[in-house]
Amino acid sequence: MIEGIWTLIGDDLPALQIAVPLLAATLCILVRRPMAAWSVAMVVAWSSFANAGVLLHRVLTTGTISYAEGGWPVPWGIELRIDLLNALVLLVVTGICAIVLLAAPRSIKAEIPRDKQYLFYATYLLCMTGLAGMTITGDAFNIFVFLEISSLSSYALISQGSTRRALTSAIQYLVMGTIGGTFILLGIGMLYMVTGTLNIVDLADQLALVGPNRTVLVAAACIAVGVGIKLAVFPLHIWLPNAYTYAPAIVTAFIAATSTKVAYYVLIRFAYSIFRINLTFDGTQPSAILMMLGIAAMFLGSLVAIFQDDIKRMLAYSSVAQIGYMVLGLSFANEYGLTGGLVHVFNHAVMKCGLFLVLACVLLRMRSTRLSAFEGLGRRMPLTFAAFVLGGLSLVGVPLTVGFVSKWYLVLGALEAGLWPVAVLILMSSILALVYIWRVVEVGYFKAPPEGADEITEAPVSMLLPTWILIGSTLVFGVWTSLSAGVASAAARMLIGGGS
Amino acid sequence: MTAATAVGLAVAWPLFAVVLIIAFQRWPNLRETGTLLTGGSLFAIVAGVILPEVQAGGRPRFDVWEVLPGLDLAFEVEPLGMLFGLVASGLWIVTTFYSIGYMRGHHEKNQTRFYICFAIAISGALGVAFAANVFTLFVFYELITLSTYPLVTHAGTEKARNAGRMYLGILMGTSIAFLLFALVWTWLATGTTDFRPGGILAGKVEGPQLMILLALYAFGTGKAALMPFHRWLPAAMVAPTPVSALLHAVAVVKAGVFTILKVVVYVFGIDLLAATDASRWLTWVAAFTIIAASCVALGKDNLKARLAYSTISQLSYIVLGAALATTAGVIGGGMHIVMHAVGKITLFFCAGAIMVGAHKTEVSELDGLGRRMPFTFGAFLLGSLSVIGLPPMGGSWSKWFLMLGAAEAGQWVMMVVLMASSLLSIGYLMPVVVRGFFRSAPVDDGHGDHAGSGIHEAPLLCVLPPVATALGGIVLFFYAEDIWQLLMGMVP
Repeated sequence: MIEGIWTLIGDDLPALQIAVPLLAATLCILVRRPMAAWSVAMVVAWSSFANAGVLLHRVLTTGTISYAEGGWPVPWGIELRIDLLNALVLLVVTGICAIVLLAAPRSIKAEIPRDKQYLFYATYLLCMTGLAGMTITGDAFNIFVFLEISSLSSYALISQGSTRRALTSAIQYLVMGTIGGTFILLGIGMLYMVTGTLNIVDLADQLALVGPNRTVLVAAACIAVGVGIKLAVFPLHIWLPNAYTYAPAIVTAFIAATSTKVAYYVLIRFAYSIFRINLTFDGTQPSAILMMLGIAAMFLGSLVAIFQDDIKRMLAYSSVAQIGYMVLGLSFANEYGLTGGLVHVFNHAVMKCGLFLVLACVLLRMRSTRLSAFEGLGRRMPLTFAAFVLGGLSLVGVPLTVGFVSKWYLVLGALEAGLWPVAVLILMSSILALVYIWRVVEVGYFKAPPEGADEITEAPVSMLLPTWILIGSTLVFGVWTSLSAGVASAAARMLIGGGS
Repeated sequence: MTAATAVGLAVAWPLFAVVLIIAFQRWPNLRETGTLLTGGSLFAIVAGVILPEVQAGGRPRFDVWEVLPGLDLAFEVEPLGMLFGLVASGLWIVTTFYSIGYMRGHHEKNQTRFYICFAIAISGALGVAFAANVFTLFVFYELITLSTYPLVTHAGTEKARNAGRMYLGILMGTSIAFLLFALVWTWLATGTTDFRPGGILAGKVEGPQLMILLALYAFGTGKAALMPFHRWLPAAMVAPTPVSALLHAVAVVKAGVFTILKVVVYVFGIDLLAATDASRWLTWVAAFTIIAASCVALGKDNLKARLAYSTISQLSYIVLGAALATTAGVIGGGMHIVMHAVGKITLFFCAGAIMVGAHKTEVSELDGLGRRMPFTFGAFLLGSLSVIGLPPMGGSWSKWFLMLGAAEAGQWVMMVVLMASSLLSIGYLMPVVVRGFFRSAPVDDGHGDHAGSGIHEAPLLCVLPPVATALGGIVLFFYAEDIWQLLMGMVP
């Protein structure tokens, strides 16, 4: 029977990646009971994850997958196109969705009223639909459509936070995000005007014929700004710290590890596959701008992180800095640099999601994520805190953790581009990461908990498990790199080679 | 067991101690027996299986895993690493005995954590010693830093926390900013980070870049305590004395100078450095550190602080040996790793014994104490002689070779520096002995129970180890040729 199902859906796996979560979201609303909705979401998320694994395997063995939606041939119909680049991103997105869901029931019980929880799961699946769609679609306009699906649902997710600040943060994100979406739409519209096509591969070919003209340049600028807002590139990051800080802990873990990563993917797709970098990103100027922004993000993000009292906010600023690394990798425009940026998508998703899940555990037990909540935590919640230390070390880039792999390729990229001062800056900023992480570690291990503090028990297994899956992964993928760095460098080679 | 398997086993072996320590944490005697058994068997593996192979000219190799293309975790034992591995594993046993006496005599808390971190640090030291390439060395270098951090901050006080901050800040900061940079650069220039006889950089990196790369390695190895990155070492003296003894006279700091020596011999190649003169500036930095740290030591009244600055000075002997880029220089440097380790660990053991037995920490308080603690002060005398470099102690040989190396390189100034440093070390070490033996004790030292004559030593386990290592210093004087024979294998 399994054989039968396989022959039935085997070729439609790309479409299922979008259709199943979309339908399941409505199912969540129908079933209403929180645990039932959670079960639906779990089944869908884990099967999507498995599906993404199968797709990546197919791409690795048989090459790029092109799926014509509704049987309409490309370029007239809408295409789903999965190559090395987005197969890896898809794996990250679905994997994070699935693992974070494990921790969801216990965590949101404390933050979201019971009668709204089914809506949470429905929105969560919608967001996942949007992110997966953005990742695998082969159509520029559909990128915008799925971007809006994911954005609208993430505004809703963020507004579920337990404080009133969550609402203003969601509004702030909504305003910024809408501006970003509008810019993207403008850019895509201009490209359509010039080329008369929306299919990404076709767009690239047509643009090569058209050559660089002012409309294309403006389109590129619009798209860069629009995606830059979603990606939270410095100085377009101002929505991010608030959104991450006031969203429910689980939502922060989910969004921090997926949303900006997909936006980064879109930026690369546009820069390397559509504009083919040498068209409009030629000379040094656009990449020089990105480099400046990346470096500024690295330092300002980390510096601001050092002075945060709320650790969730601290990690949010740390994300701004880490996004700076990715943008920097992109700006080197060589194979090592791009590999570094891409592998950091994978690595940063794993470690930052793990760290935000640690904060979810802390929030659950201490009802706060302020620095004072960490006093004596090394003894009170040893497993949770050990996870924080390991995740933090990975963020610093200690060897045999994933952070080291990213840093290795980024520094190589900088040196390959002949930019040794930038290599120095990358390493310097890692030391800043050590400062903000160790500030928390010291409080956790050396400060005694305040007199008369409540007895605190270790976080529940259902939350520790996903946390440690991710933190464990930072070590596993720090040593076994053929999945992350292997695929990333193959994808980078493909992009630099000018493929699509 | 083949020597190659033994190499992999030796690095992992101390981790078995961790398992035993955790299993027996409720029964301190069993727990320490576990550490001792692991230490003893480790030394048996290193000295019994790996050493003969290396002496016979073999280079046992153990590959673990390829992390990134061209970036392997692998071990390969050559003479220099062999020597460092022997020192670290051998002195671990002695130090464990000493720790039992000290930690219990001093009623320290969290002893289980202490022994666990200690064992991990030893594993790190062996990993550094046996690393087959710069990457592996870097990995274990960081492991040492992280595993010794809880040891430095063991007391948990404000002072310990600040010391820990400086410790981690300098060691990790320099390693990330400079050493990692040097690692990436080396890989990009040569496509490998392997240690190979004669070096890998010849023809790949040239001119002033060679000097910059050397600077990145030398200053990136913060553990070598080259000025101006030396402040962490005196700060780390807040740790319990066994930690200061083994880690901050042997495993941690020696991992630092070992790294520099190994990089100079096997990455740069002394011929390349000698031909290009790229390491001349480093001889001056080392010379400055030697003299400046000795002068600071003269002014320190706290005994452990004085010993710490003495260590900084002595470490730069080894850096100097490497920077001279002559055969005698690197052999002298390699030999000094052993000789200084044995001498300095004796001195730290004695300092700890004085702390446990008489509750004294300052040099000015030691008047007349030698008559009450003759064995401790006797051992201190022998240890001092070794550090100064006088016969019949092993330290005289390493200094001899270093002098020879300076002469070979035609750097007469460095010979003067070495001699001046010997004089300075007499100046800061001998007062301790002189006060102890020849000054009379103050009439009322505030501790009624300690007053009176007669021998009143620290617990036996605090006294025997320094006596043993002091005598070891004499033995090394007579067996220096074996070390020389071994080290000759590293220069083609």
